[in-house]
Amino acid sequence: MNWIGRSLPRLEDPTLLRGGGSYVADRIGKAAAVRFVRSPVARGAILNIEIPPGAIVFTGRDLAAVKPIRPILHRPDYVAIGQPVLPVDRISFAGQAVAVVVADDAAAAEDLADQVFVDIDACDAIVDLELALKPGAAAVHPEAPSNVLVEGRLATADFDQAFASAAEIVTLELRSRRQSAAPLEGRGGVAAYDAATGRVTLSASVQMPHMLRTGIADLLGIAEAELRVIAPDVGGGFGQKMSLFPEYVVLVWLARKLRRDVAWIEDRRENFLASAHGRDQAFTVRGAFAADGRLLGLDADLRSNVGAFSCYPVTCGVEPLMALAELSGPYNFQAYRVRSRGVTTNTCMMAPYRGVSRPMLTFTMERLMDTAARRLGLDAVEIRRRNLIDAFPHRSPTGLIYDEGSYKQAMEIAVEAVDLPAFRKQQQTLRAQGRYLGVGISVFSERTGYGTPAYAARGMDIVPGYEIVDCTMDPSGHVELRIGASPHGQGLKTSLAQLVADELGIDPQHIRIISGDTDATPYGWGSFASRSMVIAGGASKLAAGKIAVKLKSIAARLLEADADSVTLGDGWARVSDSNQAIEIGALARAAYHRSHQFAGITPGLHENAVYDPGGTFSNACHIAFVDVDIETGGVTVDRFVVVEDAGVLINPMIVDGQIAGGVAQGTANALYEEIIYDEAGNLLTASFADYLLPTAAEIPEIEIIHLETVSPESVTKAKGVGEGGAIGAPAAIINAIVDALAPFGIEILEMPATPQRIRDQLRRAGVVSHG
Amino acid sequence: MKPAPFDYFRPTDVTEALALLAEHGDGCKILAGGQSLVPAMNFRLVRPAILVDINDLDDLGSIRSDAARLSIGALTRHAAFHRPVAEGPLGLLLSKVARHIAHYPIRQRGTFGGSLAHADPASEWCLVATTLGAEMVATSTRGERSIGSPEFFKGTFSTALAPDELLVDIRLPAMSSDWHFGFYEFSRRAGDYALGMALAAVQLADGVVRDARLGIGAVAQRAIRLHALEGQLIGEKLSAPTIDAVARAASASIEPTGDIHASPEYRRDLIATAVRRALAEAGA
Amino acid sequence: MAERRSIILNVNGRPHAVDVEPRRTLADVLREDCHLTGTHLGCEHGVCGACTVLVDDKPIRSCLMFGVQAEGKAIRTVEGLADGDSLHPLQRAFWENHGLQCGFCTPGFLMLAAGALQENPDMSDDEIRDLLASNLCRCTGYQNIIKAVRLAAAEMRTRPRE
Repeated sequence: MNWIGRSLPRLEDPTLLRGGGSYVADRIGKAAAVRFVRSPVARGAILNIEIPPGAIVFTGRDLAAVKPIRPILHRPDYVAIGQPVLPVDRISFAGQAVAVVVADDAAAAEDLADQVFVDIDACDAIVDLELALKPGAAAVHPEAPSNVLVEGRLATADFDQAFASAAEIVTLELRSRRQSAAPLEGRGGVAAYDAATGRVTLSASVQMPHMLRTGIADLLGIAEAELRVIAPDVGGGFGQKMSLFPEYVVLVWLARKLRRDVAWIEDRRENFLASAHGRDQAFTVRGAFAADGRLLGLDADLRSNVGAFSCYPVTCGVEPLMALAELSGPYNFQAYRVRSRGVTTNTCMMAPYRGVSRPMLTFTMERLMDTAARRLGLDAVEIRRRNLIDAFPHRSPTGLIYDEGSYKQAMEIAVEAVDLPAFRKQQQTLRAQGRYLGVGISVFSERTGYGTPAYAARGMDIVPGYEIVDCTMDPSGHVELRIGASPHGQGLKTSLAQLVADELGIDPQHIRIISGDTDATPYGWGSFASRSMVIAGGASKLAAGKIAVKLKSIAARLLEADADSVTLGDGWARVSDSNQAIEIGALARAAYHRSHQFAGITPGLHENAVYDPGGTFSNACHIAFVDVDIETGGVTVDRFVVVEDAGVLINPMIVDGQIAGGVAQGTANALYEEIIYDEAGNLLTASFADYLLPTAAEIPEIEIIHLETVSPESVTKAKGVGEGGAIGAPAAIINAIVDALAPFGIEILEMPATPQRIRDQLRRAGVVSHG
Repeated sequence: MKPAPFDYFRPTDVTEALALLAEHGDGCKILAGGQSLVPAMNFRLVRPAILVDINDLDDLGSIRSDAARLSIGALTRHAAFHRPVAEGPLGLLLSKVARHIAHYPIRQRGTFGGSLAHADPASEWCLVATTLGAEMVATSTRGERSIGSPEFFKGTFSTALAPDELLVDIRLPAMSSDWHFGFYEFSRRAGDYALGMALAAVQLADGVVRDARLGIGAVAQRAIRLHALEGQLIGEKLSAPTIDAVARAASASIEPTGDIHASPEYRRDLIATAVRRALAEAGA
Repeated sequence: MAERRSIILNVNGRPHAVDVEPRRTLADVLREDCHLTGTHLGCEHGVCGACTVLVDDKPIRSCLMFGVQAEGKAIRTVEGLADGDSLHPLQRAFWENHGLQCGFCTPGFLMLAAGALQENPDMSDDEIRDLLASNLCRCTGYQNIIKAVRLAAAEMRTRPRE
């Protein structure tokens, strides 16, 4: 029986369905409650902090010995900024934690926090991305007078030539507004103090437990062995929970200082104010096109608002440098000139959010293609045909190597599946009746499963990428897999069990995945960047493979057969072309209890493996159908089609779930979600009433078709797939809106395309709202 | 986000409730459905020292109708309106509007009277009360009084209710079977507060309007009844040009509010659309 | 002021005697005083629905009700949905149709659907979708949740009422 490729219902589910999930807030026990006092203003000097007498309250002065969070990129154009865990002198963003109180329970802690008065000499904040770049703008941090914390530049040799020979140059100024990953479970941690050893165990809602341990230990000046970090059940992450936040450092500090258990569970308002944001980006691009629609070259000025601090460990370079490196996407051109800057402002810090810069760069390239198509009189699909990469390996202008993919095929299949000619007829008929339907397409590449080389290339001081997996089969034939990846909803425990089940010939129910505990798992990098299936999966396959080799050798000895003729399956080891067989459980027992019989084979069944691949690109084509109400500007997504190629799918149901969830977030990016600050740096969207997550009524059924391109770059033959939905959906939906409003010549270069923005454009184009 | 501490009372009859309100006045808040009050308390935007929980006052939860009017007890839950609570157009109108109020679980707790007393400019029931000329009956230890909608709704979160008064009953004029209605609201997501909405009710005889009610909401500090435009409709058929003219006039007649969800200009557009669509539905 | 009150809550058919401040929401009382942590807090302002429980058979947001208000009422949480070892049809349908990923919103959706289907077992597909628009999920994109509830509703219609 093969487990790979089966839509096995998840092993994680029964416990979760019964309400037995154990998230951080469920593990508070008798811990004291911690609450942070947060700055009400975005910028200013801290004059004084008034503390109610007798209260347990700490400020930056008490934590002076704690080092600031200061992630490093080894590049000359990177300015390292330190984020104090609690500032002493100045405020850098509204909501920044300034003091911390401890009380018996959360309500009492909140009462106490209300009584702490922080006296701030407020001054004008720098909030807007473009204003921060204006000459003469005040500096958010003295170390960066120009407010640029990181800058990358590149110009290929053939650039001028490409633009000189262009038949059409398309210039676009695009804007993506700020987003928040908004996982349904916010951040939180319980730091338990062990009086006997002085050791602290921090359970926290995080995606990178080992990284958190390293970071906190470094800042507190303690050995990593003094701290254990556990990621229990985590209620969503989407990148927001992969950075080290000052609150976690303070929490561990408190546990050690007070020698007691302490718990901090943030509320929704705090999550919006002070966790991490993303995608506040402005891109100016010029595309040089030949008359036949081929893109000859691209000139780009990319600006990303990175907020008040640099996220640890990936740094504030993550959005700007990824944008620089990957802007070319799936398109075949080599002439490229780019300048990409990470700009600091007095706002919440930027950190990766599902797709990072890829939703915006895909939006950019897909609008560019559609616009060029219109100007050159080409069909939107045809212009892409002429520009998509189709020979592999393909080297991008920035030196990225794209492995085998199905960019053109995915598009052709998607176009075929939706019957565009029929839609065009319907579109025309309905236009005559005053209804405006549109179709939009996006094609993109998704860089996944990349190991240390990619991160090292960025100049990161801390270079993530590999995964180490420990695989043990116990004497009963059951397996324990200890991984450094850290799932938070991806069903990794099921898909890895399926993978290893096939490798060892046993039932997935007999495979237990242990993750998220630094005491119980090898050092790893957690789960983010669509890496877990590729990298942790790869290491799991390799480690299990070593055990399989041992099992076969032991079987061969016991059955007096050739090890090469032994196969493992259904719980048995069988010799091919014979009816000789032995239960895997029996082999396991023998490995541990009869080891003396197997000369040359080490006792037990305990292996580990490391996997550190270069990365693999998955690809997809999204097609969105929308209905635009020209009177209200409201947009309904009627239909959404995805043709996705992520190589071999270990569990198709789980893959489809990732795509659907990603498309939902991408739809929200295109239509609903926007973090809004006022000019003074006050956050206006600090609740679910104002930051609009879509509901079941706003997200359509998503039709998914799978292609399977097997790449040698992934030992499991699976490619990563977690972010794709979020990457391609915004562009497809915006393109569809533009198509719907083509009769009015409306261009949309900003997302979210809110009803008001659409209506404003229509009004300017003379389209009245009634009659 | 835990609320600030408060003292809690749950009176078992109206007399007891009124005594508490008389004693504590400004210092207390009435807890009915809690779907608007409790979030505000959780955010600590309001910090009442005393909460008077009226959910045990069963007398306030009944609906009675007679030839002249429909009397809705203040504690009637939104969900009670899912099925028509009265025969004829009024019951259907209330049922249709109710489905636009938030979501199913909110409607299990939120109350008709609570919505009116809270006076959110985007509240559907406030629009209904304003447009149809509801009478709000309030009581206190000082006695009972009836407040018409123009006097009742003063502004955003502001009504004519005195701190010691309890809203007990809302009376809507009955609608004969020759009345037709339409309702339209625009919101960003299903169940969100409206950014613009309109309620239209017309009494038709051979397609000609004999009487009309027209109101708009979510664009100003309180819902607005468009008396002049009601007059303009009388004697007319609900043709497209007539409807368009009224919609345009409605849009021009207001100075809409602006916030992060909708600018004044955008709300102006939305009102024209809402009025047009509500009237079109009424005439269909 | 704000002294604790001794109340008895009836949760999943069992009495829980607790001492709570009036300001403690039903969600917090269930989680911390009754030690039933299946009900989750996603926003505490009544939008996300992760805290949904049944009170007298009606799905309500437990972050918007105070514990002291729930005296004398029948409260049902996700821990009381299964019948011993047998999962409720909704739980089984979510499992078989991948209706959950991180699981944080799941108890809220289960109780929302359980309560609404109890009141109206014959909900149409569109009505189910409208109902499910009450709660937020960040992981699934909703379609598997909608599918699971539709399938469970169909199965529940063929079974005798619980």
